Amino acid sequence: MGKANLEVFSETLQHIAESNRDLLVVTSDSRGSGKLVPFAQRFPDQLVEVGIAEQNLVGISAGLASAGKQVFAVSPACFLTARSLEQIKNDVTYSDNAVTVVGISAGVSYGALGSTHHSLHDYAVLRAIHNIIVCAPADNFETEEAVRQAAALNQPVYLRFGKRPMPLLRKDVPFVLGKGRVLQEGKDLAIVATGEMVHPALEAAALLNESADIEVTVISMHTVKPLDTELLIQVAATGMPILTVEEHSVYGGMGEACASFLLQEGFHNRFQVMGIPDEYTVTGSQQEIFDHYGLNGQGIMEVAQQLLGVSQEK
Amino acid sequence: MKESLAKKSIEYRKRILKYIYKAKAGHTGGSLSCVDVLNVLYNRIMNVGPSNFDSPDRDRYVQSKGHCVEALFVVLADQGFFPESELETLCQYNSHFIGHPTRKVPGVEQNTGALGHGLSLSVGMAIAAKLDKKDYQVFTLMGDGELAEGSNWEAALTASHYKLDNLCAIVDYNRLQISAPTRDVCNTDPVADKFRSFGWEVVEVDGHDLDALEATFRKLPFAAGKPSLVIAHTVKGKGISYMENVLKWHHGVPSEDQYEQAQKELDSALLAL
Repeated sequence: MGKANLEVFSETLQHIAESNRDLLVVTSDSRGSGKLVPFAQRFPDQLVEVGIAEQNLVGISAGLASAGKQVFAVSPACFLTARSLEQIKNDVTYSDNAVTVVGISAGVSYGALGSTHHSLHDYAVLRAIHNIIVCAPADNFETEEAVRQAAALNQPVYLRFGKRPMPLLRKDVPFVLGKGRVLQEGKDLAIVATGEMVHPALEAAALLNESADIEVTVISMHTVKPLDTELLIQVAATGMPILTVEEHSVYGGMGEACASFLLQEGFHNRFQVMGIPDEYTVTGSQQEIFDHYGLNGQGIMEVAQQLLGVSQEK
Repeated sequence: MKESLAKKSIEYRKRILKYIYKAKAGHTGGSLSCVDVLNVLYNRIMNVGPSNFDSPDRDRYVQSKGHCVEALFVVLADQGFFPESELETLCQYNSHFIGHPTRKVPGVEQNTGALGHGLSLSVGMAIAAKLDKKDYQVFTLMGDGELAEGSNWEAALTASHYKLDNLCAIVDYNRLQISAPTRDVCNTDPVADKFRSFGWEVVEVDGHDLDALEATFRKLPFAAGKPSLVIAHTVKGKGISYMENVLKWHHGVPSEDQYEQAQKELDSALLAL
């Protein structure tokens, strides 16, 4: 088991800050939840605190970026991509200020705190805004790479992190923003997952293989926008059914993005989107919410079996 | 011979009306109320122009009340950022000269138009100057109606928290907004007391008195360690008799007769200089 992606995020920023005095972290009273206390202690002059004021957080970050600073604007994803959406749209993307907007404790990480604290809309709203890369790293490796690549890019990026420790997945498949990672190859089914859903997708693939010799391709589609359309075409061209899994509303997320693209390309693979349904989201721990909606290895396997037309008894 | 500042103000008004009349769109009243502030800032105060716009040391101007873009465009053209003839395309298909500032227009610092954004952007720029130990100043122009946007008050808190005495916000205090007098829509008064209580140093000035404006800006910062607010008392539609303080000129476009009358009034004002 690795660390929480957020911890790796903070450690990576510290590595970068050692040689880059222009790197700034801007927070809205969120340094604790962002695991940024060690950063603040080591680089007190490179952390700008704006208080509980998310609109201001993003506006100030854009102003700092316009003056040459390399800015990571950090706040819970639920507030950052809703309350300050207009600042992201106008001050960051439209004005082309190269801020990395970092949504922490994303998805249903704050499970028991309720819908005010869930961010199941962020892919949808950010996908509809021009000039921002949207990325949800799956594990510690993807996190470190995503942070380094975002810091090196001179353009707006949204990074989305959960708060629980993540299993370590493969490191030998390169991570490039905008390019999906094929974590395993199979001929019967493709599971395309993003963020913290990649690990349960791998678990489902293992269960399918053990129970019915089903060979599954598993892709970490960490970058929701721009989608790796080349990879999607490769997968769809095999004719395999495709199952997408994400910690997001089934509306407007990665799955719909894939479906829309493939349909318009003329592919008619059997296709299923898994995510959080359009209802008042149940509360509980993040894992309890995942279990409730079948967003775990077993649940994904069952949906995969239906998609494949394989009976569960077989 | 260098034109006097007063002459520039009248010429700017003539051009604002010319391009709004041609485009059949624009924010007439507010552009006429804020243009004297812009005149003084660009011609007397700020160290920014086409020759140093790429310099990290330039002064910054962010027009938070982006809808009054016609005033900004004519002043930027006069500064030499682009040929004034380009304003003939204002609001036309695929023109960069649209109804709000965009960075596609040379000299525009930030894309604005949604109200309540400029002050936070400016706070970010001012913090960057402090971190880099640079002495450029950051100016932002807000409307009095715009002060109802809560994000302004978030930014006002941060500006005083970080002791941003390199930041100057200006309120174009013309007391009218699109649907009614500001005090009847959502009263933002007393503006000075509110900002003072947020830790700002406030100076009130006649926003059409060019000498007073210049003298005011020359005193910046008004207090060491505090952000500065200038409340510019202005008249919406200033300079055109039938537009002054009349609500419908917020974004009214003059008819042919009205346009000719307005130009005549401004020509008379030029002659009277």
